[in-house]
Amino acid sequence: MDDLYRDYILDHYKRPRNFGELEPHDMEGLEHNPLCGDELGVHIRVKDGKIEDLRFHGHGCAISQASASIASEELVGMPIEQVGELDADWAIELLGIPVSATRRKCALLGLKVVKGAVTGDNSWPVSATG
Amino acid sequence: MSTLQSERTAVSALDVRGDFPIFARRFEGKPLVYLDSGATSQKPSAVIEAMDTHYREHNANVHRGVYALAQESDAAYEGARAKVAQFVGWEPSTTIFTKNVTEAINLVAYAWGRANVGPGDAVLTTQMEHHANIVPWQQLCRERNAELRYLEVDERGEISLEQLDRELARGDVKLVAFTHVSNVLGTILPVVEMTARVRAAGAVSLVDGAQAVPHMPVDAGSIGADFYAWTGHKALGPTGIGVLHGRAELLDEMEPFLTGGDMIASVSFEGATWNELPYKFEAGTPPIAEAVGLGAAVDYLDALGMERVRTHERELTAYMLNRLGEVPGLNFVGPPEAERRGGLVSFTIEGMHAHDIAELANRGGVCIRAGHHCAQPLMRRLGVSATARASVGVYNEPGDVDALIDALLEGRRVFGL
Repeated sequence: MDDLYRDYILDHYKRPRNFGELEPHDMEGLEHNPLCGDELGVHIRVKDGKIEDLRFHGHGCAISQASASIASEELVGMPIEQVGELDADWAIELLGIPVSATRRKCALLGLKVVKGAVTGDNSWPVSATG
Repeated sequence: MSTLQSERTAVSALDVRGDFPIFARRFEGKPLVYLDSGATSQKPSAVIEAMDTHYREHNANVHRGVYALAQESDAAYEGARAKVAQFVGWEPSTTIFTKNVTEAINLVAYAWGRANVGPGDAVLTTQMEHHANIVPWQQLCRERNAELRYLEVDERGEISLEQLDRELARGDVKLVAFTHVSNVLGTILPVVEMTARVRAAGAVSLVDGAQAVPHMPVDAGSIGADFYAWTGHKALGPTGIGVLHGRAELLDEMEPFLTGGDMIASVSFEGATWNELPYKFEAGTPPIAEAVGLGAAVDYLDALGMERVRTHERELTAYMLNRLGEVPGLNFVGPPEAERRGGLVSFTIEGMHAHDIAELANRGGVCIRAGHHCAQPLMRRLGVSATARASVGVYNEPGDVDALIDALLEGRRVFGL
């Protein structure tokens, strides 16, 4: 069994959950990872203060795609104000694999685009290790 | 002998790996398979020791000391300039040490561009350039209300001389900047034909030789470029030193790029006059030990013989192109013939992102690059977000390519492909 490319990671990479467009949507975000050329966008529909539905779109490596896919399953139904409190540990723990410093950006890209869409703050996380 | 073995032995050997101490390293017991010389080269002991000796025995500032030690340092620095100039067929007096190629191109964009490019003028470059040969021209054209135009890259990864002719015929092109060897496609550009056309049209040419000088015989003088830039760290030398060769008539007319110490003839409270070439363009204490290291690097390459280096790397690249064909779903960009390429191959594998390819290669101790290679516009032109790139140097052998292929095949297995 590979430490990084575990079966469920590759499964989420090859068959990402909640991927595509969502029309109409209430919030949207788009982020690039300039180092790898990855691009990840999100559409979010909100109802009663909660994420009613969410779709990611774009392309990237197995780690960034799997991370977004796994997170999407947790994010649907989550109260909007809770999104601002989610931190890097939340995303890394969900992913469940050892992430090296260079792949950390990949692992956090999904949460970064969601936080940007919800809070309007595109600066999270402040640094690759932050 | 199997076909594979005969292909391996067809690659002419340089047998120099023992000259590079880093190859004693092991990564989780595996030897270092370094296929990222396009990013930076490894350094032979000759370079490391030359710099060490300089600091131990000859260190002093240059151009101002009267004592013996300073004269030694001066002689070492200027001796290195002479070697570096001769290595590519240029005059030492018009060979300027910079920090890297990026600084060399910025120097031309500021000191020549701002005096010679104005509203209604155009700068021409190509779609295959490194960001270092795009962004300085974007800034210049924005500031001077000039237009930046690009020669297109075709499906084979080549540019068209006919399009260059058409662009030059418009009469507004002041400068044409292009790479000698593409850092993504590997394409060797027809630089002699290009500089001749640019000269005939009354424009100025700048050639980015970062991926050329370390890998093939380069005679910048006979290429006919007005400016030719390259960098030390890709040519077995240290980081922190680049080279700009310029035509004397142009350099004489240009104002300095950076100003301060060392580049002046005289300074009063009211103003200053400039030192002679090349010092006018070397403000502040220069990279002295780095120049010494680069001098040792070109000595090393000279002793190997650049024709032999080119033959070795061309044969190794042909072997790599051939073996990459064994990996299902692999597509490479750029010309299919090794004769048309420098020693690098960029590729994608269906179902695997370039970053994952590089990560999995690392498991086999194989160092390759993944990403956009500082050429985002080209990646968009190619319709890919990222590629993996394997690039060779004098120390690579067919076994390195074999290790890469094994790692790629194992990577596909991990991905269930």
